[in-house]
Amino acid sequence: MPDTLPENSVGLVTPQTMHFDVPLALACGRSLDNYDLIYETYGTLNADHSNAILICHALSSDHHAAGYHSMEDKKPGWWESCIGPGKVIDTNHFFVVALNNLGGCKGSTGPASTNPKTNKPYGPDFPIVTVKDWVESQVRFADRLEIKTWLAVIGGSLGGMQVLQWNIDFPQRLNHAAVIAAAPKLTAQNIGFNEVARQAIMHDVDFHEGRYYEHNTAPRRGLMLARMLGHITYLSDDAMREKFGRELRQGKISYGFDVDFQVESYLRYQGESFVDRFDANTYLLMTKALDYFDPAADFDDDLSKALSHARANFLVISFSSDWRFAPERSREIVKALQDNDHDVSYAEIEAPHGHDAFLIPIKDYLDVFGAWMTHLVNEVSS
Amino acid sequence: MSQLRPDLQIICDWITPKSRILDLGCGDGTLLAMLKKERNVNGYGLEIEISNIVKCINANVNVIQADLNAGLSDFDDNTFDYVVMTQALQAVERPDRLLNDMLRVGSEGIVTFPNFGHFRSRLQLFFGGHMPVTKTLPSKWFNTQNIHLCTLQDFEKLCADNRIEILRRTVVDRNHRSGLLMSLFPNLFGEVAIYRIQRK
Repeated sequence: MPDTLPENSVGLVTPQTMHFDVPLALACGRSLDNYDLIYETYGTLNADHSNAILICHALSSDHHAAGYHSMEDKKPGWWESCIGPGKVIDTNHFFVVALNNLGGCKGSTGPASTNPKTNKPYGPDFPIVTVKDWVESQVRFADRLEIKTWLAVIGGSLGGMQVLQWNIDFPQRLNHAAVIAAAPKLTAQNIGFNEVARQAIMHDVDFHEGRYYEHNTAPRRGLMLARMLGHITYLSDDAMREKFGRELRQGKISYGFDVDFQVESYLRYQGESFVDRFDANTYLLMTKALDYFDPAADFDDDLSKALSHARANFLVISFSSDWRFAPERSREIVKALQDNDHDVSYAEIEAPHGHDAFLIPIKDYLDVFGAWMTHLVNEVSS
Repeated sequence: MSQLRPDLQIICDWITPKSRILDLGCGDGTLLAMLKKERNVNGYGLEIEISNIVKCINANVNVIQADLNAGLSDFDDNTFDYVVMTQALQAVERPDRLLNDMLRVGSEGIVTFPNFGHFRSRLQLFFGGHMPVTKTLPSKWFNTQNIHLCTLQDFEKLCADNRIEILRRTVVDRNHRSGLLMSLFPNLFGEVAIYRIQRK
């Protein structure tokens, strides 16, 4: 916990909730009759509402992108490195909005919310939501905030996929787009990892077909395994070697199945702490949203065609050691944009941190991102 | 050299307005920014150095981080009006392959390079007995990025061997002058060569 909040932080923030009661038709064919979206905002919306930036979150994050909820918070929001006064996404100039997507577990309507039809938690009855559905819900959310056009929509990983979807479905409603550490669709390997994660959760004896809330339990071991696996894939081989090597916890091996190596201890800790802050059904849903994302499928499998109506100015960034969303995948996005003569710049940042690099304040990354954002500052002030 | 490079203004004069350009090794984006302003072109620069990427973005130039030695496989055939490469030919691993790739991707290519046949280089090698160090080629033999230096004659032979047609050739000195000696003996007096090429 910080005694005083850093000057370049947005400081103490309070989430707000917006209720929607017009049914939202979903890609799966079902609909949500009413739902809540929880969100946070940083900075001030200007008179003509032209300085609003939407931040789209990744698999396991949420609306708390920057600042602190209380002086007791151990950690700030997940993208504190980029959002704040004087930072790359400068809250002195922009009105920054971050929300928790539908299906989430941090305050927006999701599997742990009460199903009004049964007065019990939705659990497995919560409909599968897709990136397209999220963007649809974000458009309604923007309408309510009276933001006709986002100055920019920005996201990393699964968040970057939402940015792409915005440009396909609502190109008129954003002027700039930053797609960071993303991909136009998952590879078989990626879907494979997600499936192992889901199987770990669903095979936990405490899963109860997803109705574990009613049994006052949770598939903790399964979710922990899912997170441990995910975590390995978000780091690079080099990053893990650098961080842990073969360092032993007790200085010697135990010839048993307890924790010997530091890396085991770290992964267990990561898994265990995740279980306390995340809902297993949401994890299942979010990984499915990742797997299903393939916007080119509606356009003869041609991503260039899918992005033909985009009109935003794009920034695409990838990281050299990211093997889960590899640079090649970002280049597919860049190529599709080039095919359409769209404005795009692309940087492949040299970084050892793997997929997690997009959350880390790496100098080259911030330099590139910052240079691009400076044009947005100038646009707002002119 | 980057401030008043003599080759850039000449290239700008050669480019048809509103064309689609790919600039290989675009550096800080000077040429593309100039072409955007004066010729209203649409284009992208390819660049490997991150510091230059930042400069291009600052200059509002579309820049794609890429290694020219990996080729232009991300680009489809005939998708650009011009593929430009200024002062990079001599620094790539296989200039011949890249030239052919340029003319696969673009209808025309524009290439500039320092002429190693310039009399100062010849004099230094002949009388000094050492690898030339000049204002257009300031590095030493061991730290230079220019691993494939060539003369006008070498370049033209490469073009002939690869069925590449030379549409136009201009040579200038580093002060942007092109005098009588240079037009009579370009391979001896031209410091920078500028070629416009296309597939035969």
